Amino acid sequence: MKVELEADKCVASGQCVLAAMDVFDQDDDGIAILLADEPAVELLDDVKEAVAVCPAAAIRLVEQ
Amino acid sequence: MADTLAGPVPESPDSLPEFPMPRQARCPFDPPPALKDLQEKAPLTKVRLWDGSEPWLVTKYADQRALLGDPRVSADTDSPGYPTKASPEGGEGKLSFIMMDDPEHARLRRMVTAPFAIKRVEALRPAVQKIVDDLIDGMLGRPGPVDLVEEFALPIPSLVICELLGVPYDDHAFFQDNTKTMVHRDATPEQRGQASREVAGYLATLIGKRLAEPRDDLLSGIAGRVTAGEIDHRQATEMALLLLIAGHETTANMIALGTLALLQNPDQLALLRESDDPKFVAGAVEELLRYLHITHLGRRRAVTEDIEIGGRLVRAGEGVIMANEIANRDPEVFPDPDRLDLTRDARRHVAFGFGVHQCLGQPLARMELQVVYGTLYKRIPTLKLACALEDVRFKNDAFIYGVHELPVSW
Ligand code: SF4
Repeated sequence: MKVELEADKCVASGQCVLAAMDVFDQDDDGIAILLADEPAVELLDDVKEAVAVCPAAAIRLVEQ
Repeated sequence: MADTLAGPVPESPDSLPEFPMPRQARCPFDPPPALKDLQEKAPLTKVRLWDGSEPWLVTKYADQRALLGDPRVSADTDSPGYPTKASPEGGEGKLSFIMMDDPEHARLRRMVTAPFAIKRVEALRPAVQKIVDDLIDGMLGRPGPVDLVEEFALPIPSLVICELLGVPYDDHAFFQDNTKTMVHRDATPEQRGQASREVAGYLATLIGKRLAEPRDDLLSGIAGRVTAGEIDHRQATEMALLLLIAGHETTANMIALGTLALLQNPDQLALLRESDDPKFVAGAVEELLRYLHITHLGRRRAVTEDIEIGGRLVRAGEGVIMANEIANRDPEVFPDPDRLDLTRDARRHVAFGFGVHQCLGQPLARMELQVVYGTLYKRIPTLKLACALEDVRFKNDAFIYGVHELPVSW
C-alpha cells in the first residue's frame, strides 16, 4: 500500500494522527506529515480510517 | 437537461416545513422527530426560514459530507443564497475565518493551528487533569447539591482557553456573561452586538499589550502576525474572539449534557466508571459527541455552482443547511442510531463538522472531555441528578444546545 498526502489541503485537524499514529505526524503548525509512505499492511485499517476521517480529503490510499 | 434531476419539489410553498424544527419533550437528547421523518422520506428538501427564504435542508450523512467537502459550496455569509440566521434577530457580522472561503480562510486559519496539534494538546493533559481534580475536590468539600454547569462544566474549558490564549481568568465573569448573550437566540441584535463589542474591545486591548510585550501565549502569536503585517488589529481581534467563544460554549455544554445523558443511561455510565482503558474513554467521548450533537441549528452554506446531490440539482445561488445532528443519527452509518452505546465506533461522526471548516479546536475539546469523562464518575461514583428531569432547563434558545444548569448531589 502507498499513502499520498497533499499537505496544501490539510487543515490541521489531527484526525489522521489519532487514527494512525505510526503513519502520520504533524509539523510545528499542525500540518500533517507522512512518517511512512509505504506503511506495513497491518496498518491498512488505520490508514483507511485516516482517509475516511480526514475532513479535507488530503489523504489518498493507492493500493498496489 | 440537468433539470430532470430536480425531481418533484413540493408544489405549494405553504407546504414547506419550517426550520428550525421543535424538539420533543420526551427525549431531550434526540433531534426533532420531524428531522428524522425528512431523513427517511425526503433527505434533500426545501425548508422555509423565518424570513420566508427557502434553502435546502440536507439530512443524510453522505450528502452532508459531500457538500461540506465541496469547494463549490461557500461558507461566506455574503455569498448569494446564503441562508439567513435561525431567528429574525440576525447575526453579528463575520466571525473571522469560519465565515470565509479559501484561500483567505486557509491563510488565516493556519495562523492559529499550531497550539491545536495533537502533541501540543497532549502536553496540556496533566494541567487539565489538575484543573479537573481541583474542581472535583472543591465540589466534594461542600455539601451538595451543586450546579455542575457553574462549578465544573464551564470553568474547565474556560480555564484552559484562557491559559492557551493568555487571557486573565480573573476576568472570566465578564466574558462568560457576554459570550452567553452572543450565543443566545433570544437576545436582541442590539444586545448581541453590544456583548460582542464589549469582548472585542477587551481582546483588542489585550492584543495591544501583547504587541508591546509578547509572552508565550496564543494572543502574542496573533499579535506577532499583526507586527509582521499579515493581518491588521481588527482581524487579530476577530480571530481571538472566535477562539474565546468557541472554546467556552461548546465543551462546557458537552460536559454538562453528557453527564445528564450518562445519568439517564446508568449501564453506560457504569462502563465508563469501571474502565481504566484510555482507548475506551476516547471512544466513549466520540460516541457522546455523536449522540448529543450540541450544534443543533445546522451548518449553513451557499452553493456557488450547480451541484448534483442525492439525485437532485442544487443550483448556484441556493442555500443549503446541513442538519448535522440528524446525520449523526443516520442508520446507514450508525446502526441503531438513537441508542447511546459507548462501545460503538463513532469516530466518523460530524459533530465537529466536515470539510475545510471542521472544528479547529477539536483535539483540545477531545482531550478535555477524555479527562472529564475519565475522572468525574470514578471520583464521584454516587453522582446523581438533584432535581427531576422535567425540571432541567434545556437550551432550546441558544445556538449551542445544552442545559442551563444541572443540579447534582452524591
Ligand atoms: S486528517 Fe487531514 S486535515 Fe487533518 S491533519 Fe490529517 S491530513 Fe490534515
